[in-house]
Amino acid sequence: MTPILISLLGLTLVFLIIIVFGIFWAIKNGQFDDLEGPAQRILMDDDDPMIPHNQLRDKDK
Amino acid sequence: MSTPQTVSAQNCYHCGLPIPAGTHYPVEIEHTPRNMCCRGCQAVAEAIVRNGLADYYRHRTALPQSAQDLVPDALRQLVLYDHPDIQKSFVRDAGAHTRQASLILEGITCAACIWLNERHLQQLPGVIEVQVNYTSHRARVTWDEQRIKLSDILKEIQLLGYHAHPFSAEKQETLRREQRAKDLRRIAVAGICSSQVMMLSVALYAGVVEPASVNIMRYASLLLTLPVALYAALPFHRSALSALRAGRLNMDVPVSLAIIAAFVGSVFITMRGGTHVYYDAVNMFALFLLTTRFLEHGARQKSAEAAENLLKLAPVMATRVRDLQHEIVAVLELEPGDIILTKPGETIAADAEVVDGESTVDEALLTGESRAVAKAFGAQVIAGSVNLEGPLMLRVTGLGEDTVLAGIVRLLDRAQAEKPSIAQLADRVAAHFTAALLLFSFAAGLAWWWFDPSRAFEIVLAVLVVSCPCALSLAAPAAMAAASSRLLKRGVLITSGHALETLAHVSQVVFDKTGTLTFGKPVIQKTLPLSHLSVEDCLRLAASLERASEHPLAASFMSAVQEKSSLFPVETPQNIPAKGVAGIIDGKRYTLGNRSAAAPFQRAIDDASLLAAYPNATLVWLCDETHVLAAFAIDDEVRPAAAQAVAGLKKAGIKVYMLSGDAAAAVAHIAASVGIDNWQAGLRPEEKVTALQVMQRSGEIVAMVGDGVNDAPVLAGAQVSIAMGGGTQVARAASDIILLSENLSEVNTAITTARTAATIMRQNLAWAVVYNLVALPFAALGYISPWLAALGMSLSSLIVVLNALRLR
Repeated sequence: MTPILISLLGLTLVFLIIIVFGIFWAIKNGQFDDLEGPAQRILMDDDDPMIPHNQLRDKDK
Repeated sequence: MSTPQTVSAQNCYHCGLPIPAGTHYPVEIEHTPRNMCCRGCQAVAEAIVRNGLADYYRHRTALPQSAQDLVPDALRQLVLYDHPDIQKSFVRDAGAHTRQASLILEGITCAACIWLNERHLQQLPGVIEVQVNYTSHRARVTWDEQRIKLSDILKEIQLLGYHAHPFSAEKQETLRREQRAKDLRRIAVAGICSSQVMMLSVALYAGVVEPASVNIMRYASLLLTLPVALYAALPFHRSALSALRAGRLNMDVPVSLAIIAAFVGSVFITMRGGTHVYYDAVNMFALFLLTTRFLEHGARQKSAEAAENLLKLAPVMATRVRDLQHEIVAVLELEPGDIILTKPGETIAADAEVVDGESTVDEALLTGESRAVAKAFGAQVIAGSVNLEGPLMLRVTGLGEDTVLAGIVRLLDRAQAEKPSIAQLADRVAAHFTAALLLFSFAAGLAWWWFDPSRAFEIVLAVLVVSCPCALSLAAPAAMAAASSRLLKRGVLITSGHALETLAHVSQVVFDKTGTLTFGKPVIQKTLPLSHLSVEDCLRLAASLERASEHPLAASFMSAVQEKSSLFPVETPQNIPAKGVAGIIDGKRYTLGNRSAAAPFQRAIDDASLLAAYPNATLVWLCDETHVLAAFAIDDEVRPAAAQAVAGLKKAGIKVYMLSGDAAAAVAHIAASVGIDNWQAGLRPEEKVTALQVMQRSGEIVAMVGDGVNDAPVLAGAQVSIAMGGGTQVARAASDIILLSENLSEVNTAITTARTAATIMRQNLAWAVVYNLVALPFAALGYISPWLAALGMSLSSLIVVLNALRLR
């Protein structure tokens, strides 16, 4: 059990370092600056013109 | 997200204002023709459709401001932003030809506005990146200098109906960003490491690990806890150290001590062998505390950002007149004695004296009240006020640090520094608790040293971990966070840490008058018809005339007319400085203005002595070519919830007081109508502070409610201060609580909630103390097994958090 345990723990450590670097990069890049905007932004459909039937929607109202 | 905003056919599809009869400004939006109210809105809507951004209309949840026609002059001014000298203060180099600037966007009303700006700017060739922050309404734009100019970007924003002001990211702002990033990094490290350590600990607790592997797992835990104890928990160690240096004990002392003791002790046990390690406690503890504190700071940061948008109050450019030549220069280049020209609608760049011209000036910035103040030769004007009617030639008397505005900001800083504060309960308890705890573990260690030296170290460690001040240090922030979020739902934003604790002890509430107890906006109180015309007809005539002007009183007439579509078209509208407005309706010439406009018709003025019932009102006269048709009494209106709020406060045993800069008669009138018995009138900002200090010296704990720049020093000086959401930015920056809803009865709610929060906090502290009193003797006697210690610690924290959640 010991060798496998050590190798798994080593692997965990490698992953942890990767994750920490990833998060530090994201923080530095300003991805946590605005915590409200992205939640709202997802509601804006940028792909609307690509959906043929949507153009009629306003008239139906 | 709320439902999309829809607009009826009679109203402008863009801004929602009524469409005046006889106007026709159509725009085809998504194959449906829509009508706009003016050329400005039409131009904006066309720009939006042309750029394929019509989706904006489907997604918006609030209406934008009415667009103003783009004045060529304003566009020409934008070009000045390309000047390297002016750019120096707010543009950063981000590469060879890449430049980056921060902009404050004015006119953002909902998320769709942000989408609109981002999408549109991104389509422009040469723009590399655009990021708009939803919370602070600030944009960060990166562009290629060789392909597009900053002025073009600003112009595009104006085409969409928004205004962008460049601003220099102040040092404070940069510091705050760095602090936030640091906090987030610490939480991330603590979160990642503690999840791993907890997994290992569960395996160890469960006892399924072979004895040979136990040590490996302990060493792994040690390695994983190292960054948490040394890096993530650093703020606690620092704060504890500085408290100890100053000879005090604060909440961070036991926190830091527990982390260090549990970690160092566990390291010893890992190396020498022993029954239990406490790495999991170190991790959980650090993660819990970092997260709650981060959330607590969040709201404060928000309001600080709003306050910094204040920078835009003073303009960056001015028109200097030299040798009969007009040149547009940066305000920084102006010197006292320079002559500057300020056109109607422009913001005055410096404190100055009028040397030529006659106009009215809106000093809402200082007084919080939009009222046109007449200025003629020799009068003083202040930087940041807005010129309303005619062009003014001004001689600069004060700039930058020497302006009235800067003086008020300095006064505010001083008042804030001298602010008396009540010692915070949690910190007081913490100090006693820490002292007691240290004595106790020392005694326990000493006793065991006597009986059985081999176990002494282990026992001291158990005592420190079991007594883990987690529950104690969570008691206050958990209750505060729950109370803040409950108040936020009701439109009350808590921006400073001590606000709720102090609010619970408030014994006296002091209100400002204008803008706080009243709306701070003129409303027509009484219409007195003086001819055959009915009240409605008079109002309609007056509103039609006023609509052509940009007078601050115009809005009050507009809101008095029920049906906006019934307004008359006005031919040749005219602004007569220092008198009023005039225009031709149906072939007849009408004037609307002050006493001098009605002067040729003496008789009518005597009739209007009837209006003496409104002693503080501004009187406005409507005349045709031969007669006075009507008189209007225009006055500020008391907020509907004011009387109720005052009654509620009195009932709760809180004294209510009013301090105002206005004349005694006006103040007495308002005081009587809302039920305030004690008031002082005619006070300058510094006198307000003195009056406040007198109250404080007599032992009162004062909450101040205000809105204007002139209130800011008092707000900063009161133990706890509340600013109206619509108040000036300076006032908001100076206060601990912001009433976003502008509903005065929420002041009562805030005080009640604060009192409940204080009760819950006391319960939490009591629980933490009781838990420790029960657990400590057992730990000291060596009866607490490791798993029981861990369970007790978690459970005691959980109870504290659950109790706090009752507040929501």
